[in-house]
Amino acid sequence: MIDPGLYMALAAVLFVIGALGLLLRRNALVMFMCIELMLNAVNLTLISAGRALNDINGQVAVFFILVVAAAEVVVGLAIIVSVFRLRSTASVDELSELRG
Amino acid sequence: MTPCQHRTAQMIEALLFILMAIAAIAGAVSVVVARNPVYSAMGLLGTLFSVAVLYVLQLAHLVAAVQVIVYAGAVLTLFLFVIMLIGIDKSEQHDEKLPHQKAIVGGIAGAIVLLAGGITIFGDFDWVPAGSVINPNATNGTIEAVAAPLFTDWVLAFEATALLLTIAAAGAIALAHYRRRPS
Repeated sequence: MIDPGLYMALAAVLFVIGALGLLLRRNALVMFMCIELMLNAVNLTLISAGRALNDINGQVAVFFILVVAAAEVVVGLAIIVSVFRLRSTASVDELSELRG
Repeated sequence: MTPCQHRTAQMIEALLFILMAIAAIAGAVSVVVARNPVYSAMGLLGTLFSVAVLYVLQLAHLVAAVQVIVYAGAVLTLFLFVIMLIGIDKSEQHDEKLPHQKAIVGGIAGAIVLLAGGITIFGDFDWVPAGSVINPNATNGTIEAVAAPLFTDWVLAFEATALLLTIAAAGAIALAHYRRRPS
């Protein structure tokens, strides 16, 4: 059986890659994908921690995170599309005002 | 299970873990590095599938299936539709509006990785109680096993997510229908 610490290390690597992408990229869509990457890393830690602690609630938590992430993607992509209709760009550098 | 079969199963598990870890990291890197957002989406798809395989390796069957259906099926399709809608914008600006952004980000990330690695390797960090034995049957994530706590202990949170999804769908439709008043 694989040591749970290895899963934790893999999740940490995925999380750091996602955080780097979020900080370095300017395209709002790619930044959104990086957020999904970070959520996935956290899900992996929850599953392996639940397994190491013999607790099924880790998987229940992942289930909830999946649902909330789906809702978040729906709203976020709608915002990106409506911003694109106003400004014709998906680059976050161009969006420096709150005014629509 | 004979000892020989047991060893073979362990070897297959280790091999799958290594393969899927490499695939997940490669997908994640291509999300960040790719210039074309479609390639980023495909990299994300690879990562999602690899992580789903890692879930199956840890006996989280239901979560793996939901991951493939919801993430790879619904969320990624939504991403691709939005990419189609707003066009592939490869002309991402790479001039740094914040001074030394890449150097600072790289430094912070490196410091965090070093700190986490140091704590993991040298620190006295026991997140599993000493002497606890992993019992795979306790977390065999079949539909019944996950649904039992979901519909007893967490039923309020479950209903709240139903409300959340309804609000999110209504909000997305409202955003899509928004038109600026002619002034």
